[in-house]
Amino acid sequence: MRRRTGPRLAPGNSLLLVFAFLATPAFAQSSLPPARYAYTQLEDSKQEAKAKALMETLRCLVCQGQSIADSDAEIAGDMRAFVRESIKQGQSPERVRAWLIERYGAWVSYKPPVEPLTWPLWAAPVILLLGGFWLARGRFKRRRG
Amino acid sequence: MNRLVLWLPLGLFLLFVAMVILGLRHGEDRNIPSQMIGKAMPDFALQPAVPSHAGLALADLRTGRPRLVNVFASWCLPCKAEAPQLMALKRRGIPIDGIAIRDRGEDVAAFLAQWGDPFDRIGSDPQSRVQFDLGSSGVPESYVIDGKGVIRLQHIGDIRPEEVDDIVKAYEAAR
Repeated sequence: MRRRTGPRLAPGNSLLLVFAFLATPAFAQSSLPPARYAYTQLEDSKQEAKAKALMETLRCLVCQGQSIADSDAEIAGDMRAFVRESIKQGQSPERVRAWLIERYGAWVSYKPPVEPLTWPLWAAPVILLLGGFWLARGRFKRRRG
Repeated sequence: MNRLVLWLPLGLFLLFVAMVILGLRHGEDRNIPSQMIGKAMPDFALQPAVPSHAGLALADLRTGRPRLVNVFASWCLPCKAEAPQLMALKRRGIPIDGIAIRDRGEDVAAFLAQWGDPFDRIGSDPQSRVQFDLGSSGVPESYVIDGKGVIRLQHIGDIRPEEVDDIVKAYEAAR
């Protein structure tokens, strides 16, 4: 039996393959340049530091494992511009975060709030530590006795 | 009793493995639903995206009659796939307004010429601001806004032919 070494493509199919490579990636690029503050720091270094810290804890909407500070997606650039402009106008970082959470849910923030859904996340370290102490205590007791 | 405690770490580990397997099998839902559903559309005013259509502002959505707002872009591929469904919705009597994200007038005009124009008004959102207002995270998305300006439905992604009826139903429900 002849073994097939790889997929063979009919001429029509190879054209499809070409289209597959030409296809627009998940986030297509628009033809507009980035927003003013997408890649430009704020003039006031204190404000920029605040904005940067906030951007590092906000999740990019389309590249979901990245913060908007790390992402090159256009929508992340627009979010950075939005964050910088809000801080420039004197809004507090937590207010900007709250504004975004109001629209996208706690999901958008890398700083999860303490709420019924997330309390195990916050309680787990304490519970594990107490459990560890309890286990260790049993061992020490036995050795002494 | 102590014996049982010894099995606890293994039990927890197996639980963890089960969760991973379950998570892998179910795949991932990458859609982020807007939290704005049921809330009033925030105030906004957008310049016209093309000379042939007026811009879009909050007042245009609070006319006493529900409207469909389509968030789109000429550079967005699924938006082209969605165009026939928007035309079908228009034919069924649903008024549609557009918000063009990060787009240029000439590109929007070419897009409408090629893929059809279901829009009454088209606002231009060059820095995605109104998109953030809506809690929208991409293009295309469609929103049913009732006559008082309250967001009633968010449809994420392109409207497929089989989803047209759902949109019509949501529109009727928003009356």
